[in-house]
Amino acid sequence: MSGPSTFVPKSAIGRWFESRLPIMGLVHSSFIAFPVPRNLNYMWTFGAILAFMLIAQIITGVVLAMHYVPSATTAFQSISHIMRDVNYGWLMRYMHTNGASLFFLACYIHIFRGLYYGSFKPPRELLWIIGVIIYFLMAATAFLGYVLPWGAMSFAGATVITNLVTAIPFVGTGIAHWLWGGFAVGGPTVNRFFSLHYLLPFIIAAFVGLHVWALHVTGQNNPDGVEVQNVDRDTVPFTPYATMKDIFAVSVWLILYAWLIFFIPNYLLDADNYNIANPLVTPAHVVPEWYLLPFYAILRAIPNKLMGVVALFASIAILAFVPWLDRNPVKSAKYRPAFRFFFWVFVVICVLLGWIGSQEPGDAMTLVARILTVGYFGFFLVIMPILSFAEKTRPIPASIADAVLAKKPVPAE
Amino acid sequence: MIRFDTKALAAAAFALALAGGSALAQETAEQPKPPRESWSFGGTFGTYDKAQLQRGFQVYKEVCSNCHALSIPFRTLGQPGGPQFSEDQVKALAASYQVTNEEPNDKGEIFKRPGTPADIIPRPEAYPNDQAAAAAFGKAPPDMNLLAKARKWERGFPWFVFDALPGLQYQEMGADYIHAIVTGYTHPDDPQWNLYYPGHKIAMPQPITDGAVEYTDGTPKTVDSYSRDVAAFLSWAAEPNLNERRRIGLGAMIFLFVLAGLLYATKKKVWESAH
Ligand code: HEC
Ligand code: HEM
Repeated sequence: MSGPSTFVPKSAIGRWFESRLPIMGLVHSSFIAFPVPRNLNYMWTFGAILAFMLIAQIITGVVLAMHYVPSATTAFQSISHIMRDVNYGWLMRYMHTNGASLFFLACYIHIFRGLYYGSFKPPRELLWIIGVIIYFLMAATAFLGYVLPWGAMSFAGATVITNLVTAIPFVGTGIAHWLWGGFAVGGPTVNRFFSLHYLLPFIIAAFVGLHVWALHVTGQNNPDGVEVQNVDRDTVPFTPYATMKDIFAVSVWLILYAWLIFFIPNYLLDADNYNIANPLVTPAHVVPEWYLLPFYAILRAIPNKLMGVVALFASIAILAFVPWLDRNPVKSAKYRPAFRFFFWVFVVICVLLGWIGSQEPGDAMTLVARILTVGYFGFFLVIMPILSFAEKTRPIPASIADAVLAKKPVPAE
Repeated sequence: MIRFDTKALAAAAFALALAGGSALAQETAEQPKPPRESWSFGGTFGTYDKAQLQRGFQVYKEVCSNCHALSIPFRTLGQPGGPQFSEDQVKALAASYQVTNEEPNDKGEIFKRPGTPADIIPRPEAYPNDQAAAAAFGKAPPDMNLLAKARKWERGFPWFVFDALPGLQYQEMGADYIHAIVTGYTHPDDPQWNLYYPGHKIAMPQPITDGAVEYTDGTPKTVDSYSRDVAAFLSWAAEPNLNERRRIGLGAMIFLFVLAGLLYATKKKVWESAH
């Protein structure tokens, strides 16, 4: 969709520059002239929201890092110092911690959008896989970041998760010691986690670059799931149409963000993390942040530790195979009644898994968690392949323009 | 042909979750949750009540500070949005404590000196470290600087959803907990039994009784008002920027709503030509 740019700068300096480094042409073709399907709904604004959240996390994170001191004896106090004494430190910290939650919320909406409208299907498989990699890196970044304030839950979380590697036969314990920098989670662990937590967001940013690049080769999918056939009839230019819509959506998202930061900043935070980490005292109830709860439930649902770890990683990795599990040529769930039904079942399963992940494990809970885990994997491994050929789909519109016109009364010319 | 009914499915899921939530609530009936009190700093725009924070500090200083540390600098007691003691009061207060100087003197001796507003309030003299306190009580009294943010309990579905909504939001659990603990010694024959402490066996003996602190402003000298005042004070100690945060938040909200409205109008105008 974006071939060699036809962009010609107006000024002589611009033309001189452009013939040596065509960066303005790149920006022009990607964010100005880029053709956008005219039937996109607000689900397509979450990419822009995610870009905004990544930048917000990096800026607030860099400011926090100027005052944060990573070690077992200083980490907790330095966060307290940021909250009390640094000018607007409380604001930076509440933005960063609540920002992580909103980043994940936007990411989940973005992923479910992709599943619903079949955005992972050809020709967008690579675009989708890059997204799965970004999600995985985000989860790793958030886990590392959560350890940094060195509260009781930081310590418990770091211990539970790093202990997972001990499930690996023969070398597991050795790897755990190597990760910890000692014989247990401690000062060296926070220090290296800080280093990695600072590093990963920039790797995420690099993958976001690839993600956008791939997007601009294939073009965007759309709610009707039919490809662009005629650029004039089916699309509008990115600027001003998508730009304005995205900016508006970000402003609405900011209202939600501001509500969290200024009015309920501790709603999503675990109270136990305001107690300093103490290796001798484990919190009564160890739980991860809400956005990792479904995976925690899957981990605990499996009786064997090693298999639990395998299931945990498989539950994310399986997303990468979706383009080959769902081979139904009709993309959008709008025209797939059976898929649509199972999609919503899947959403409910994910929410219930999240709820189970937040509860104390017990016999009844474990049983429900197992049933839901089977349902989670069943959606990908059974429902998707079967519906690939067994589903009676509805007729899809001939083109995007037809889909738009079908909805609206034809305007008088 | 099976009809797939998404709405019925959603309703079923909701009913299931509701049933799960109430089953859980029943399970824990014998461990009552701290009652929800009304606080000047509750709600969406509540702010701390300066007079109450000053009384709360008095309770902390005369009673709780015998066992609990409160690691905040003296100077913060004079900051706006807090108890806001005058500069002279803060100086006099700090000077009434002996603090250990960080650096040794030029003879290499560690020495004590009167405190200054920049110093952190020293630990209780009787218990120079957590081990000493734990040896005396069986468990060390927690530092009170973040206590009001460090205690929450499960609210269960659907309450936890309401707790996030404008007008209904619940951010004062810590204050409710402290108030409940201090007033929760309901077995007069067992001074270590507390209605609200998880498991009921608490290492803290009943810390305060009616009339223990002399209020000068006519506030009733009861355990109930002591516990409210000290809970409010500790909420401030844990979240000293609340007043400022809400003030800025209100401005940010107004700005964002106007901005979003203008952007929506612009977006609509731009898109008109596309259809
Ligand atoms: C005689 C010493 C002593 C005094 C005085 C005292 N406390 Fe405590 N406090 C303790 C000890 C010991 C614990 C630890 C209790 C435990 O966890 O079992 C504690 C714990 C607490 C807790 C936390 C319970 C929990 O969930 O961990 C609160 C709240 C508390 N005290 C409030 C107060 C208040 C308010 C005052 C002043 C009115 C006060 N205390 C005065 C010794 C004391
Ligand atoms: C992908 C983007 C990022 C995510 C998802 C993320 C997530 C998190 C999370 C969940 C925490 C724990 C917060 C807490 O409980 O207090 C945290 C803390 C922290 N992060 Fe990040 N972060 C990101 C980017 C960054 C960047 C780019 C930096 C620095 C350059 C950074 C620096 C910090 C610091 C210093 C802390 C500790 C301070 C604190 O706990 O509030 N983060 N991060």
